[in-house]
Amino acid sequence: MSGYTLAELSRLLRERAISSTEIVKSCLERAERHNGALNCFISLFPEHALEQAKAADSIIAAGKAGPLTGIPVAHKDIFCTAGFKTSCASKMLDSFIAPYQATAMAKLDAAGTVMIGKTNMDEFAMGSSNENSFYGPVSNPWDTERVPGGSSGGSACAVSARIVPAATATDTGGSIRQPAALCGVTGLKPTYGRVSRYGMIAYASSLDQGGPIAQTAQDAAMLLGSMSGFDPKDATSADVRVDNYLDALNNDIRGLKIGVPREYFTPELEQPISDAVTAALSLLEQAGASVIDVELPHTDLSIPVYYVIASAECSSNLSRYDGVRFGHRCPEPKDINDLFCRSRGEGFGDEVKRRIMIGTYVLSEGYYDAYYLKAQRLRRVLRDEFRAALDLVDVIVTPTSPTTAFPLGSRIGDPVSMYLSDIFTVSVNLAGLPAISIPAGFSAGLPIGMQIIGNYFQEARLLNVAHQYQQMTDWHKRIPGGWQL
Amino acid sequence: MPIKKTQVREIAWLARLAIEDEAMAGYAKDMADILALVEQMQAVDTSAVEPLAHPLEIAAQLRPDSVNEENRREDFQQTAPQTRDGFYIVPRFVE
Repeated sequence: MSGYTLAELSRLLRERAISSTEIVKSCLERAERHNGALNCFISLFPEHALEQAKAADSIIAAGKAGPLTGIPVAHKDIFCTAGFKTSCASKMLDSFIAPYQATAMAKLDAAGTVMIGKTNMDEFAMGSSNENSFYGPVSNPWDTERVPGGSSGGSACAVSARIVPAATATDTGGSIRQPAALCGVTGLKPTYGRVSRYGMIAYASSLDQGGPIAQTAQDAAMLLGSMSGFDPKDATSADVRVDNYLDALNNDIRGLKIGVPREYFTPELEQPISDAVTAALSLLEQAGASVIDVELPHTDLSIPVYYVIASAECSSNLSRYDGVRFGHRCPEPKDINDLFCRSRGEGFGDEVKRRIMIGTYVLSEGYYDAYYLKAQRLRRVLRDEFRAALDLVDVIVTPTSPTTAFPLGSRIGDPVSMYLSDIFTVSVNLAGLPAISIPAGFSAGLPIGMQIIGNYFQEARLLNVAHQYQQMTDWHKRIPGGWQL
Repeated sequence: MPIKKTQVREIAWLARLAIEDEAMAGYAKDMADILALVEQMQAVDTSAVEPLAHPLEIAAQLRPDSVNEENRREDFQQTAPQTRDGFYIVPRFVE
């Protein structure tokens, strides 16, 4: 049962060639067999999953199935799942059982998907390697000595190893696209406001956005269609019509205008990645697209701007973890401040503490204008550069990450070098645009990701271009060995 | 820009984070490195640019002023470290 795409499983289920119970059992077996080596799951819910599968099988038998009925998925452990542990990979929430359901989860439940378990991640989604988890690092299925990327490393790993056909994830500065690139899978960060943030544990609220990780653009389109939509429970949810993403997949890309920003082809970009993206662009040109240069001159400032804004927002958002209403409480507090300080000091890991402190610093009196307001001004500059470029072209194509998967432990001692892994992804979050990462080649046996950035709410166009590319290539069909049994 | 251990202590206090003394030097170094990276922003003149707080610049949405949630105090307090008679219990801080 391993290795089928979501679309193929959906067809087999509706043809009654297989049952949801059989698919889910097979997923659970692989998850249990390989989690010791990969560590991509924080929790597995076999009983619940088999109950959901049984219910899905009755719906299918009654002829009332939708395209996602009975499809197993894994959810990033950042989404609140009512009645189930929701840890955000933090000691702070190690014993937290969510009392309510995130909107994105409720929508996927309503569509008939089956929750296999919750995936590992960087603590509170802060990290680019999945090494900042209270539950230990996740391994890359292509080379277990290397990182899967982060922060949605568990979701990307589980899809890459074909343990599940698809998974949910979130992206604040690249956390869907960078792990998708490093694990050789397809990951879509929708436009800010496309997928409800209700019940998605907050890191940096003006940047956070949920989306799918899957094997193909078609599978991502199926999931996105179900996850998206206006939600009155999220004040920043966009009241914009959800397109039929599947209908657009087969649109002809003749005449498509692709912009390529030369600023992304830096000396730090590994040559095989540059070559792979160049080859992909030639292929798209052969299919009738035209490629022109666009300018995004302040790209190099996106990392400093991001780390000011994201840290400022996180220092505010994470003040809710006080050891009083939920989450970790320190033993025997001697007074109220000791309760706050020790509960937070014990409950948060190093990277979370670093970002809270940076955020506290840049928001403090005397520094606010120089750091926070300055970053917000540059955020407008970066957004306006994207707008100007997207006035000239339909999509922008770039590498997703400057390197392929790096060795575990190689950057964890140097936060700044870790932050630079996100150089090609963070500006998209600052601008609020949608972007997808798809497999575009290999370097020394490790996957290469290509990023396609589109205009606001043009996910259908991104999925269309990605799907057309996947019709001409088989990078997305390559599977790391050893995990399918 | 070097960050002193006393500054780390002050920031940690503002953020209500207990940091072990042995860890102070490490945080000071990391913060100095991160702030040096952030300093690159000052190279661009942005005096004529308005700050952008939110990518979509959307206005807050209003909803009818009607009850749409039930009281679930017991559910929500089940995840609390310590409660009594419906209250959250913390160390006494008012004598």
